[in-house]
Parts: sequence; structure tokens; C-alpha cells
Amino acid sequence: MSTTPATAVPRVVYRRPELLTERSTHYCPGCGHGVVHRLVAEVLGELGLGPRTIAVAPVGCAVFAYDYLALDFVEAPHGRAPAVATGIRRVRPDAFVLTYQGDGDLAAIGTAEIVHAAARGERITAVFVNNGIYGMTGGQMAPTTLLGQRTTSSPAGREAASAGYPLHITEMLALLPGVAYAARGSLVDPAWIGRTKAFLKRACEAQLEGTGFAIVEVLASCPVGWAMTPRDSLAFLRERMMAEFPPGLLIDRGRSAVSDRPED
Amino acid sequence: MTKRRRVLMKGNEAIAEAAIRASCDAYFGYPITPQAELFEWMARRMPEEGRVFVQAESELGAINMALGAAATGARVLVSSSGPGISLMGEAMSYLAGSELPVVVVDVMRGGPGLGSIGPSQSDYLLATKGHGHGDYRVPVLAPSSIAEAMELVATAFELAERYRTPVFILADGILGQAMEPVEQRYRDPPRSEAPWAVGGAAGRPPRVVRSLHLEPEALEAHNERLQAKYREIAGGEVRWAGERLDDADLAIVAYGTAARVARTAVARARAEGLRPGLFRPITLWPFPERELAEVASRVRGVLVVELSAGQMLEDVRLAVEGRLPVAFHGRTGGMVPTPDGVIDALRRLEARVRPAWTLPLVEAAALDRRPDPDTFSLFGDDAWRPLETTPRGER
Ligand code: SF4
Repeated sequence: MSTTPATAVPRVVYRRPELLTERSTHYCPGCGHGVVHRLVAEVLGELGLGPRTIAVAPVGCAVFAYDYLALDFVEAPHGRAPAVATGIRRVRPDAFVLTYQGDGDLAAIGTAEIVHAAARGERITAVFVNNGIYGMTGGQMAPTTLLGQRTTSSPAGREAASAGYPLHITEMLALLPGVAYAARGSLVDPAWIGRTKAFLKRACEAQLEGTGFAIVEVLASCPVGWAMTPRDSLAFLRERMMAEFPPGLLIDRGRSAVSDRPED
Repeated sequence: MTKRRRVLMKGNEAIAEAAIRASCDAYFGYPITPQAELFEWMARRMPEEGRVFVQAESELGAINMALGAAATGARVLVSSSGPGISLMGEAMSYLAGSELPVVVVDVMRGGPGLGSIGPSQSDYLLATKGHGHGDYRVPVLAPSSIAEAMELVATAFELAERYRTPVFILADGILGQAMEPVEQRYRDPPRSEAPWAVGGAAGRPPRVVRSLHLEPEALEAHNERLQAKYREIAGGEVRWAGERLDDADLAIVAYGTAARVARTAVARARAEGLRPGLFRPITLWPFPERELAEVASRVRGVLVVELSAGQMLEDVRLAVEGRLPVAFHGRTGGMVPTPDGVIDALRRLEARVRPAWTLPLVEAAALDRRPDPDTFSLFGDDAWRPLETTPRGER
């Protein structure tokens, strides 16, 4: 006698997005990169952009993004992804161009490149993973490291007197008329992950609308770099990171961003 | 053959136009003297042709834009000078490691540091030996006239695409700034296939353009492949030209603008009874070492003339292998050797290599004086006549 009701159709609750490869990642337990990769794969898949995407990989923990995302990729020198993407964008106006960078890459060594790509209103979508630390090189202080936060290069905690303050680069970029869309998401819980996915989708649409540069900063945890358990790192993300870097939409200039620039 | 109209063109502009006629898809640049006219020519002409021009935020930006564009299979040119070229060292290493074809024009100026905006050949070592990090080589083409520069632009694109490598064109402030009558002879080399280029993974597996090979075994294998490629280039792409070497007993080795001065010196020195010839490398890497060694086996001494403190000199010494005296005459900082200065150096060399019993002591002492103060106008009329380009392997 069967106990299964005849009406039970298996419901798919989880599926690997097509654009995510089957390869298991090298990321540490509790790392945010795997989640961001998945969100990117889902969004590009839903928008049908995979076959025309050229992505630019950073230097940092996500340097191997091309192993996990089934997309054409170009590896950029440290911090130069926005310049590399500009070159791609200009010669391939038909392509969808996506950059993926961490905080050291985007907000320290690559500050000039990101600011000027944004100022030019390059039609590229930038995914900016902010975990406040140089993860790959062993947990050194990053431009987004919080005041007081201990790292291997700020062993007594970041002091403003000698190391300055955390850089809010996405807010800075949001001021530029070339920036069509800027938002900050977080991987702290499923609700925020859902909102972050919506931000990413909007940032991709902005490129398709041709309105300018789009960036989504994603606050993510780096348990290894922060020397915490994955669980504690989520608490740190919520209580400390999200307090310093409030998530939410920063700007959505919509279709008029670049064409209306003189009137802005 | 129809006679083409000769027009007066500035070197920087001629190089830019030659790139456009060679179907260059994209140019990325940043203002710097003495290459600014090249950049400005592209700013006007590339949009006219419906092609890409971007003024980058820095030379770092420019060369990385070039990297991105080249990764899609586009034909790309960048240009700069000394300080800007130094900034490009990082990406040059990535271009070599990722095997991307980009042509880089260096209109050399005086260094080190901010140096001067005067003409110089002080980037020879940078271009031929060590610009960025890692084991790599870059083909380096050194035009001696504006007409030759125009031809070498097409050659540079060909080499870049055939071997998947960045290529340098090493010009200097004089070549960039001077005007010469040139025939409008342009060449648009056919494009090599680019089955590695990115463009969106539609109906094929994704492609990755990268230089990272984290496994030591994989990186060593990659390096061995690169080295094999460099050996192939060294074996097949050497270019040089010679003048009056057949009966010469002294050889001047000079490239670019220095070769123009040296040619005038050769003609005048011959009128004085000396018998020099001119050996002019056109590829600085690969350096024509076997060809120079052959010439060296037939002369009594070699004089290297450069607008530098002696950079190519090292390659000449390696090629000559100590078999005969190698003298040097160079000026730095934007100063240019004069034919008189070169002739003095030739006389000193002649005195050194002449059998001892024929050397009058007084004459030798007199020859040791400093060369005249150098100015542009001291070159002599002959200096600006285009040099003959000898096909590879011939003399
Ligand atoms: S070091 Fe941090 S960012 Fe890097 S993989 Fe580990 S957890 Fe992720």
C-alpha cells in the first residue's frame, strides 16, 4: 500500500543555475564569494545574458571566478578590471560586460580605474564584494576595514590617526552623473540575499538600457580573514559592517542618466 | 606603378595615420610629450572612421583598456613616452603572459624620472630586456625615418597577431616631432585568426584570457611554450640594414635617429680617408647578433652611437664577443650626437685599432677632445634622407 498521494509532483526547490559550473569552489567555509557567484549566475541566466557576456576577473580570492561561472572571461591586473572592461565595451558594443572585484582591488589599487570608468558612464555592470579585508594574501587591512578592526597589518586594530577611515566608495560613485545605478546589498541573511539579487538584476538592466555605469556592492563575510567562525562572522557582518556601510539603494537614475546629463 | 604624392608629415601623425590605414580598431592614450600629436591625431581621425578612441585616466588605464580590447580580437594601438611607458610595464607583463597582441609606440624622451621632453633612446633596455615582471620578451621595432615608421606600424600589427604578443615601436622625440616628405604608402595586413578571443560563450565552451597558472608545473609548461615562441621570433624575424659595409674597416652600429646622424658621419669620414660603414638594427629584439658578428669579423673596430649613456652597447658587445674593440659615443638628456662628434669618435677608434707603428702620438692626443656642442642643425643635409631598408638576410 502506497502512502504517497497520487497528486504529489516533485517540486524543484534548488537547482544549480546553468551558468554555474559543477566545479566545487576553493573558497573557505562561510565565504561570501560562492553566494555572489550564484546570484550572478542566476541573474544572468534569468536575463538570458550568458551567451553574450564577457566578464572580467579580479586579482584576489575571486581570481578563479572563471572556473565557477560558465562565461567568457578576461583576467585583469590587480585593480584594472574597469579599464579592461572599458576596452571590451568600446570594441564590442553588442556584448554584456560584467566586472567582479573585491575591496582591495576596487577601492585601493584600482581607485582611479573605477572612478573614471564610472565618470565616463561606461556601460558596464560592476559587482563589488566588500568583506573589509585582503583575504587571499592572509587578512591584511583593506580600505574598507572598520575602525578598530584587527587585521594582520593592523594588529592593534585600525586606527584613524595612522590608517584613516573606511572608504565608502559606492556612495562616492553614486554622486557621479555617469553612474546609472548604485546599490549596496548584504549576504547577512536570506532576506538580504534576495534583495541583493534584485539589486544585481537592476544593475544588469541598467546596462541593457544603456543608461550608464552600474555597481552593486555586496557586504560579505570572510571568516578566515576575520579570524571568526562562519556563525560569528555573520554577527559581525550584521552588527559592525552593516552599521558602517548601510545597505540599500543609493541611486537609480533610470533611462535618463547619461542623455540628460547637462540638465542634471 | 603609379607615383604616389609625397606629402610633408610629422612623424607622430604619420604613425597614427599608418595605424588607421592598417585597420586599427581602437586606440587608447593619455597626453604626454613628445607623443601628443599621435594621440591628438587619433582623437580626431578614429571617430571619423567610426573606430574607438578613448582618453584614459592614466597610462595604466590606457594599456589595460588595450588589454581588454585585444582580448576580443581587436587590432589595438597605444602610444606614450618614458614616464607613461614605465607605468605600462605592469600590463605589458600581463599582455605577454596572456599572449595578447597590442602595438605600443614609445616616442622616447630623456630620463630618468621626469627627465626632459627632448629626444632620447634611453628606453632601449626597458623595451628589450625588462619592462614588467617575469620571463618574457617583446619584439621591438626601431624605425629610422618617418617612411620606415609608417611601414613598421603594419609590420608591428602583423608580428603582434602572428605571434600573439605585444610589440614595441621605439621612436624618439625627433622622429615623432620632425616633418619629412613621405609617400603615402600604407599597408593593411590581413588579420590572423583569433580562435582564443572572447566574445560571449554562445554555442561554444567559455574562453578565458589569462596569465595565471597557479600550479608550478602548469606555469612552467606555459613558460616553456612562451620561450619556444620567442626562439621562433628570434630565428625568423630579425631585421636590419647596412650601408657601405662591403669595403668598411670600421662599423658604426646605430638605430633610429642615431643612425641618421651616423650616416652623415660615414659619408664625411670617408671623404677624410676613413672607411666606416653603418650597421643599423631595425629589430632591437630580436637583436641581429649573428649578422653583426659576421660584419664584425670583417672590420677592425666597432663604434656604437646612441642617444643614451650606452644601452644597445651591451647587445653589441655580446654579439662581438670581445673579438675586437667596441667604442661608444652617446649623448643623453635630449642632446643629440653630431656628425662631427661621431667622426671624432671614429678617429679615436681608428687610432686604437691602427697598427701601433703608424700612430702619431700628437694626433692621438688631439683626438681626445670633447665633441662640439650639439644642435639639431649640425646634422648636415644628409641626415634626413630616408635610409635604405635592407631586406632581411641581405646586406
Ligand atoms: S580568505 Fe575570505 S574571501 Fe578569501 S576565500 Fe577565504 S573566506 Fe573567502
